Amino acid sequence: MSAAAVDAGQLRRRVAEFLRSHDPTTMDRLAFLRARFDAGLAWVHFPAGLGGLDAPRALQSEVDAEFAAAGAPTNEPERNGIGLGMAAPTILRFGTDEQKARWLRPLWTGEEIWCQLFSEPGAGSDLAALGTRAVRDGTDWVVTGQKVWTSIAHRARWAILVTRTDPDVPKHRGMTYFVCDMTAPGVEVRPLRQLTGEAEFNEVFLTDVRIPDAHRLGDVGAGWTVAQTTLMNERVAIGGRSAPREGGMIGVVARTWRDRPELRTPGLHDALLRLWVDAEAARLTGVWLRQRLAAGHPGPEGSAIKLAYARVNQQVSGLELELLGDEGLRYDDWTMRRPGQVDFMGRSPGYRYLRAKGNSIEGGTSEILRNIIAERVLGLPGEIRVDKDVPWKDLPK
Amino acid sequence: MSDAGREAQPDLEYTAVEDELRGTVRALLTARAPWTAVLERVDSAEPHDICDMKLWRTLAAEVGCAGLAVPEELGGAGASFRETAVVIEELGRAVAPVPFLGSAVLATAALLAAEAEAEAGAGAAGGAGAGAELIGALAAGERTAALAVPFATPPGRPPAPDVRAAGGTLTGAVCGVADALAADVLLAPAGDGARDALYMVDVAAAGTAVRRTPVTSLDMTRPLCDVTFDAAPAREVATGDAAAAAVRSALLAGAALLASEQLGLAERCLEMTVEYVKNRYQFGRPVGSFQGLKHRLADLWVAVTQARAVARHAAACVATGHPDAEIAAAVAQAHCSPVAVLAAEECVQLHGGIGFTWEHPAHLYLKRAKSASIALGTADRHRAALARLVDLPPA
Repeated sequence: MSAAAVDAGQLRRRVAEFLRSHDPTTMDRLAFLRARFDAGLAWVHFPAGLGGLDAPRALQSEVDAEFAAAGAPTNEPERNGIGLGMAAPTILRFGTDEQKARWLRPLWTGEEIWCQLFSEPGAGSDLAALGTRAVRDGTDWVVTGQKVWTSIAHRARWAILVTRTDPDVPKHRGMTYFVCDMTAPGVEVRPLRQLTGEAEFNEVFLTDVRIPDAHRLGDVGAGWTVAQTTLMNERVAIGGRSAPREGGMIGVVARTWRDRPELRTPGLHDALLRLWVDAEAARLTGVWLRQRLAAGHPGPEGSAIKLAYARVNQQVSGLELELLGDEGLRYDDWTMRRPGQVDFMGRSPGYRYLRAKGNSIEGGTSEILRNIIAERVLGLPGEIRVDKDVPWKDLPK
Repeated sequence: MSDAGREAQPDLEYTAVEDELRGTVRALLTARAPWTAVLERVDSAEPHDICDMKLWRTLAAEVGCAGLAVPEELGGAGASFRETAVVIEELGRAVAPVPFLGSAVLATAALLAAEAEAEAGAGAAGGAGAGAELIGALAAGERTAALAVPFATPPGRPPAPDVRAAGGTLTGAVCGVADALAADVLLAPAGDGARDALYMVDVAAAGTAVRRTPVTSLDMTRPLCDVTFDAAPAREVATGDAAAAAVRSALLAGAALLASEQLGLAERCLEMTVEYVKNRYQFGRPVGSFQGLKHRLADLWVAVTQARAVARHAAACVATGHPDAEIAAAVAQAHCSPVAVLAAEECVQLHGGIGFTWEHPAHLYLKRAKSASIALGTADRHRAALARLVDLPPA
């Protein structure tokens, strides 16, 4: 850590100075972004030399706002959500100096997109059961296995990858975490079509993929610890969104209700009002969580928000179809497409209904979240574990 | 709908001052109103004595909780209903039998609104600031007041008063009034045929002209009574629109702050239940290790977490006169009423047999929660209010 923390005033001055010597309206986009990174104004809470200034994280939004006001290009963070939200904090925490220097800058600028090779067909909620094998071969590791639910693998240059390196010890102990080159021979990406018709995700088949030991993050056998850092950041990313009143799906249904009196029934009115209250309660809980985070009091409320939003989204989108009646029988498009992002608002009500089913599965199922809340927040006893002391290779599969 | 963007989102996090206030009130209630004492009191005291007036005086006068929402120039602490909400959260946790909601919230809010109307020169009937002196006395904990309307009355639709005013006296009956048994002063909406007004009646001075008949109440810790005025001497506090505004304002503050009481109650029920299932062994394991119970309690925790956000938001909106205050109070009531009931019902169920006994406190919470879900408007009435407030008209 650097000695003196940078405060808001100093940051403002640095942004102003930077913008004086780097005119965003004339400079090449990528050159501008690289220079912003090198000036420590990319993610200000990162260390100096790695795109930051060791400044408080809360000041980031102000810096972003000033760059936006100057008409500066962004690094299009939505294109690299896994890289920025999950890979970067993990590399920062566990990477060597060489690894940080190699990966963080092109990650932040968006030159290199990242994906996450964690889940497997046989390891969903029980991620630690994963079986993708990595075997040491000289200065390389040779990796073979199948990963699933991988967003943007088809555009990614790098992946964060958890593998099984020691099948003879209990599952949590025998894992190792790598960065995998998605262009390496033996990496095959296939679209995974979901029940909406499109393919946001992929299956990734790894066949004798060679990964240099220099691309290992953390110690051999410490993969689970490293993965925890990644997953903790996933929950923060998912719980952190903000919206005005009626900003989510409930707003779409409310507008339909107002505009189309002929669709109204007493039962749907009651259901709509109940869900309106639920949506507002979920929204205000999000407001409170963000206020707590900004004040430096992170709490477990993120799990509450994810559970609540999954339920509200599913129920609201279900109500919308019923309210629409005849129109609820139609769907916009079953064509297999590869969307860049989930677009709840731009598509048909049927899409909203179907896509919302994923909300209680992705990023931790609602059932696992309830276990986590029960055990970590309420302190209730853990599930009885039959697999804790059993070598991974002896687990029923 | 566009009001949301015009006024800033209130800060929902507790301030250091609020945390300190909570600590003081919790320490007092732990010492003076443990559930065993509350149970013994409701079990043995006469209806008139169920309110713990000694505790109330300490809370109101010594700790200064009764005047939190009252400006300093009127003799209060110059804080707001936001801090008041922290106190009522603690009172909900303890199901403490004190007339805080009736006196420090409903009556105080009515008088503050009447005072504000009087200052603005609108409908100042009994002379500007007729209630100012009473506000000061309530804030200082010297006197206790109640708003004489049925406790189930929702905000937004103050009832046409059944009480008749004539020649400076009131005659008529109001059923099911909260915290009136402990009150020295009753604030009663009444009409003389031509116009409605809000009156105050000094109970002691009225003698037999005011009769308070205790009701055997579902909520043993907040007993109701029926009030009968028989030519009771009364002073006008506000008249016409100002009187209606004062009553509306009181019911709105009451509904918003009741949500915080429900939050405190729900939180306490959840804590008690979690504690119990960790230590109750059946089948050789703590029953809290069964997923069927863990998931129910996790869901309840989610609901309570949301209850905190909506209750804090409602209290903050009422405290600042935010344009969303009515919406915020309706959302808070529509959410917190069923959550408090669920928490108390889960508390009974997950305690099993012991939870069904008289000797366990769960029933005190269940009775308070169910009554509170009807008080100041059921969740359904608040949803109906929302339908109007956010333009989602019925079929």
